[in-house]
Amino acid sequence: MLKDFAAHMTYSVIGLARGTALGDALEFFIYDTIKIFILLAVIIYAVSIIRSFFPPERTKAILSNKKEFIGNILAALLGVVTPFCSCSAVPLFIGFIESGVPLGVTFSFLISSPMVNEVALVLLWGMFGWKVAGIYMVTGLLVAIVVGMVIGKLKLEKWVEEHVYTMQIGQTGDIAAMSWKDRFEHAKWNTVDILKKVWLYVVIAIGIGGFIHGYVPEDFLVKYAGPDNPFAVPLAVLLGVPLYSNAAGVIPIVYALMNKGLALGTVLAFMMSVTALSLPEIIILRKVLKVPLLAVFVGIMTVAIIAVGYLFNAIL
Amino acid sequence: MEIKVLGPGCANCKKMEEMAKQAVKELGIDAKIDKITDMREIMSHTMSTPGLVVNGKLKYSGKPLPPLDKVKELIKSEA
Repeated sequence: MLKDFAAHMTYSVIGLARGTALGDALEFFIYDTIKIFILLAVIIYAVSIIRSFFPPERTKAILSNKKEFIGNILAALLGVVTPFCSCSAVPLFIGFIESGVPLGVTFSFLISSPMVNEVALVLLWGMFGWKVAGIYMVTGLLVAIVVGMVIGKLKLEKWVEEHVYTMQIGQTGDIAAMSWKDRFEHAKWNTVDILKKVWLYVVIAIGIGGFIHGYVPEDFLVKYAGPDNPFAVPLAVLLGVPLYSNAAGVIPIVYALMNKGLALGTVLAFMMSVTALSLPEIIILRKVLKVPLLAVFVGIMTVAIIAVGYLFNAIL
Repeated sequence: MEIKVLGPGCANCKKMEEMAKQAVKELGIDAKIDKITDMREIMSHTMSTPGLVVNGKLKYSGKPLPPLDKVKELIKSEA
């Protein structure tokens, strides 16, 4: 039905000739745009409802005094479903540490949250298929779990700024229980808000897929960053650090890179590095972490993401 | 009336501050609006920013950002 609509728009309403390159491109563009926006709206709405059950206060209570390992796994999973604005990273960090969430477990949460989210997964699913989306989700969670565990094992609590431990926390537990009406209302706000923020990036990404594909020589990037170049993965990760974007913003670049013949592992590593490691986030975290801990965090994350890139380039 | 917008200064916090100003204007209420960026004071109310505090009471915190109508309703409920 969607396919018929796209064909009807392209050939009857706009009046392009069937079988031409431009006609094919436009038909694909209309079809993919509608498909991905329907997918996005439905999934964001559904995830928003789930998220209404996991406000940060609840997540904090679940994670406090949890043992490492189990705690890291739970934290990485809760990172996916707990709604929080990137500017909340510092207060959340303080709140978690204050209420007895181990340092490594707190990191697992902070790593998985920006990296693994429904927008990233839907876009990967819509453009590269569910397998790529699944791979991204599983490896994203693994990176969050493993890096959190390593930070926990290293016993780096001494490099957390002292003021974190002396902060007085207000009574955050008095958030009124939400009714189903509230949940639906929140989900509606969230869906509209996210779609408003990402629609342009998504259209650009689909545009790249529909129109630019095949017009730029493929061997240019492949020559420098293709599967045969052992430095492609670390290069992609290093390039990703100063770039700061949410998952939606990076998708057009990712789509273009993959169309130009970059290996999947290299592309996924690039996407993880853009979303999970960024200069603004590092600067924000400096408020609660001393420089050595910050350096350890960035170092371990970089190594973990590069490892993911190599792993997928080797097995796929 | 005393309104505080809690947030270290990201796009969502700025939007919340703008909405609070707009809401006060549209409701015709006499209110002082403060933007709170001090972490100690933010933490004394909530750990999920952006937050909206009206007359010392936390009325909203975290994501998703509510629309203007909701912000008006929250402020009006304390008027």
